[in-house]
Amino acid sequence: MTVDPAKATGWVEPPARKGFLTDTSLCIGCKACEVACKEWNGVPDDGMNFLGTSYDNTGALGGSTWRHVAFIEQPVAAGNEVVDLGMPSAELPGRRDGSERTDFRWLMSSDVCKHCTHAACLDVCPTGALFRTEFGTVVVQEDICNGCGYCVPACPFGVIDKRVGEGVKNEGLAQKCTLCYDRLLDGTTPACAKACPTESIQFGDLDELRLRAADRVEQLHEQGVTSARLYGENPDDGVGGLGAFFLLLDEPEVYGLPPDPVVTTRDLPAMWRQAAVAAAGLLIGAVAVFGGRS
Amino acid sequence: MVPPAKFTSYYGRPVLKASPWTGDIPAYLFLGGLAGGSSLLAAGADLSDRPVTRRASRLAALAGITGSLFALVHDLGKPSRFLNMLRVAKVTSPMSVGTWILTAYGPFAGLAAVAEFVPFLKPFGRPAGLAAAAVAPAVASYTAVLLADTATPAWHEAYRELPFVFAGSAAAAAGGLAMMAAPLSESGPAQRFALGGAALELAVGHRMESSMGLASQALHEGPPGQLMKASRALTIGGMTVGLAARRSRACAVVAGAMLVAGSVATRFGIFEAGQASARDPKYTVVPQRARLDERG
Repeated sequence: MTVDPAKATGWVEPPARKGFLTDTSLCIGCKACEVACKEWNGVPDDGMNFLGTSYDNTGALGGSTWRHVAFIEQPVAAGNEVVDLGMPSAELPGRRDGSERTDFRWLMSSDVCKHCTHAACLDVCPTGALFRTEFGTVVVQEDICNGCGYCVPACPFGVIDKRVGEGVKNEGLAQKCTLCYDRLLDGTTPACAKACPTESIQFGDLDELRLRAADRVEQLHEQGVTSARLYGENPDDGVGGLGAFFLLLDEPEVYGLPPDPVVTTRDLPAMWRQAAVAAAGLLIGAVAVFGGRS
Repeated sequence: MVPPAKFTSYYGRPVLKASPWTGDIPAYLFLGGLAGGSSLLAAGADLSDRPVTRRASRLAALAGITGSLFALVHDLGKPSRFLNMLRVAKVTSPMSVGTWILTAYGPFAGLAAVAEFVPFLKPFGRPAGLAAAAVAPAVASYTAVLLADTATPAWHEAYRELPFVFAGSAAAAAGGLAMMAAPLSESGPAQRFALGGAALELAVGHRMESSMGLASQALHEGPPGQLMKASRALTIGGMTVGLAARRSRACAVVAGAMLVAGSVATRFGIFEAGQASARDPKYTVVPQRARLDERG
């Protein structure tokens, strides 16, 4: 069942739910989205690191990383035909160690906050700093967040985090992608989507993006890219579908995404029940120990 | 020996973020349990005329709740940030619910303890103590929901049993402390409370591990595994020595101390196991992949 999270939160006649379709079959790993996001949102430096993970020196989403381009470099998987472009070799003649040259594959995907239909971060926030906007997105209010950090382990995607760094803006507060709330209010496209040179990041009404994504998967399958699949488009999944969903070319875990995420608060009623029984048991136990002999 | 799970990940990086919490939070879990259990014991001791137990437990409750608050504020960075939590009441946020539980509990627990020493407040001791005891079971058990209501595998997968483990651990700690403080002539109920709590903690803890699936591995490996081992050893040791505590004051003190220490180790062990389970993508990917494959 499709839930309109803005309506469910109490917005009266909200605009159409907005989201991202990140079509990783078009991503070239250029990281323009990371840069545009930092520039527009004033997100501070997240470290000059060399991670040794192909062309990814960003690593993961975090308090100061609201877009992260995953860059997967692996020995080629069976079934993928590699076209020889006749590239010049970098090795000196005769310097090959005799081993067979292996082909490899690159997969690139720009990761971002998923703006879940059922958002655990928002559910568990004890201050109301995290809220649901009229566009169905999830945004942190920096003047209300008290840095308790509860949203951090609650997120099933490991997106939101407390911002670290001495003296940086909003230090110690939980931070993540706002889907450029300010730009949405002005009717413009979020910075990352605007900057994406290949339209791998597509912004729009979620309903329309879902239709577009289904067409694109069909098209890719026809072209022989049978590995193309959607991730997070299903409103019946464990988080009620994602506001920012993906077209992937392999299993989600290859990209560092959880294969079957579930919003933790789905089990919360059962948790409260168990705690109530335990509390009652403790009370009864306390009464019982004072009964009988001294 | 369980063979290492085969799974795919992004350069072995975690899928989830571990909580940014440090030692403050497991200390808070322990102190909250100690306070809740102690308020229950204090009320019972008050009604059954056991003045030493009553006084010790009221003080333990005040110390526990003050320590809890200190740990929480230290975790937040500055005291004013606590006030931000009082602007909403959200049943979907165990931290919000807990804030209100503590806000209701703290003043009563404090008044009951202060009434022990301030003559003109003495008449308020019993009503305040009873009010604190009414909220105390919630103080001792809500922290299990606080941990379980996350994506952290070793916390979430334990959600069915964790409240009972924490309630048992709270009784063991509060009873243990009262055993150390009170003379043998009045510590019978404290001993039964402590031993019963310890038995509950061990029994349900065992059941928890078998229902957690892969995530239970996090309770056995590395530093969290050592903490859990220490917790079991201290709790079993405390129970064994505790059996002789009815006749020997020395045994009561030793057993009480072991049970308190066991409760500390339980809280830190479960906390650290959760942190470790969030940092290792295995705990996220393997069960989710298995779930998907099963669905087909």
